[in-house]
Amino acid sequence: MPVNDKNTTSRKKIKVIRKVLDINEKMAQANRELFQEKGVFVLNMMSSPGSGKTTTLEKTLESIATEINSAVIVGDICTSNDANRLSKSGVPVVQVNTDEFGGDCHLAAHVIEKAALGFDLDNIDLLIVENVGNLVCPAEFDIGEDARVVVLSVTEGEDKPLKYPLMFRECDGAILNKIDLLPYLDFDMEAVNNNILQIHPNMPIFEISAKTKKGLTPWLNWLKQKVSEKT
Amino acid sequence: MHEMGIALEIIDIAESSVASRLKEGQVERIFLKIGKLSALVPESLEFCFEAAASKTSLAGAKLVIEEVPVIGRCEACNSQWTITQPVFICQKCKSGSIKVISGRELEIESIEIIEKED
Repeated sequence: MPVNDKNTTSRKKIKVIRKVLDINEKMAQANRELFQEKGVFVLNMMSSPGSGKTTTLEKTLESIATEINSAVIVGDICTSNDANRLSKSGVPVVQVNTDEFGGDCHLAAHVIEKAALGFDLDNIDLLIVENVGNLVCPAEFDIGEDARVVVLSVTEGEDKPLKYPLMFRECDGAILNKIDLLPYLDFDMEAVNNNILQIHPNMPIFEISAKTKKGLTPWLNWLKQKVSEKT
Repeated sequence: MHEMGIALEIIDIAESSVASRLKEGQVERIFLKIGKLSALVPESLEFCFEAAASKTSLAGAKLVIEEVPVIGRCEACNSQWTITQPVFICQKCKSGSIKVISGRELEIESIEIIEKED
C-alpha cells in the first residue's frame, strides 16, 4: 500500500532583497524633493548629549538670522527646554518629542516631514535640525538633509571619533566645542584632529567655544557658503 | 541601540512580502545582511526580534545574519581592501579619497518558509 504521508513539507527560500530602512529612505527622498522645490537648505546637527549643540545653535542663529531666513526643528525624547531656549532668537522653532513616537533615540524622515509642515517654507532659506543627543543612531537615518555636522566637545575624549566611525564618516563637518575649557583639561587637540582625519580625511573641523564665540566665524562662513550655493 | 525599531520593521516587511503564503506555511528563517559599519548589534537584534515576533505570525522564526565586511576602494589608485581598523586612508598611496563599497547594508535578503504539501 502506498504511504499516504499528509505531513510532507517543503522548505522554500523566497528572495526579498529589500532594505529594512526602505520606508525611511523613500520619505527622506520625498523630503529632499520638497526642500529642493522650496529652496530650503537643511542642516542636520548631531552629537552626544551635553556637547553644547543647543548653545552652538543659539550663537549661530544670533549671528546669521538677520542675514538668512532660518527655522529650527529640535528633537529630544522629552521636554521642550531646547525649543524654549532657541525661540529667544526670534526664529521659528518646532520641538519634536520622540516619546510620542515610542521614545526614538534619533529623528527619522517621517518626523521631519510632519514638523516641516509647521513652517512657511516659501520664506525660509535655512532649516536646522537639532537631532536627539546620540552619537550612534542618528547617523543611520537620512532625513532629507543637505549637510550634516557632528558636534564634539573637548570634555569628551580624543578617541570618540574612532569609537563612532559611522557618525564621523557620514558628516560633512565637525565642530569641536568648549575650547574655552582647554586650560583646565588634559585634552590633546592634535590627537583628536588626527583621529577625525583618519576616519574622514579632509573633513572640515571647526574649533570653537560657543560660550565665548571664539572660532565661530569660520563655521558661520562655511554654513553661509553652503546655504548660498543652494538657495 | 534602536534594534527593537529595526526588528519591528523586519516583521512588517517579512509579513507583507510573504503574506499570501502564510496561510499554508510558516516563516522559519529570515536572512539578513548587516554591514559592519552600521550601528547595530546582531545579538541585540536577534533578541528584540524574538520578543517582538512572539505575538505575530512570525513567532518562532529565527534571524540568520550575515555580517558584511567594510570594504574600501581608493579612488586615486583603485586598490581595494577590507577595513578592520577605523582608518579610512589608502594603504598603498595614502590618499584620503576612499569609497566605502560595502559595510553599510541593512537588508532582508530572503525569507525561508515551510509549506505543507498536499
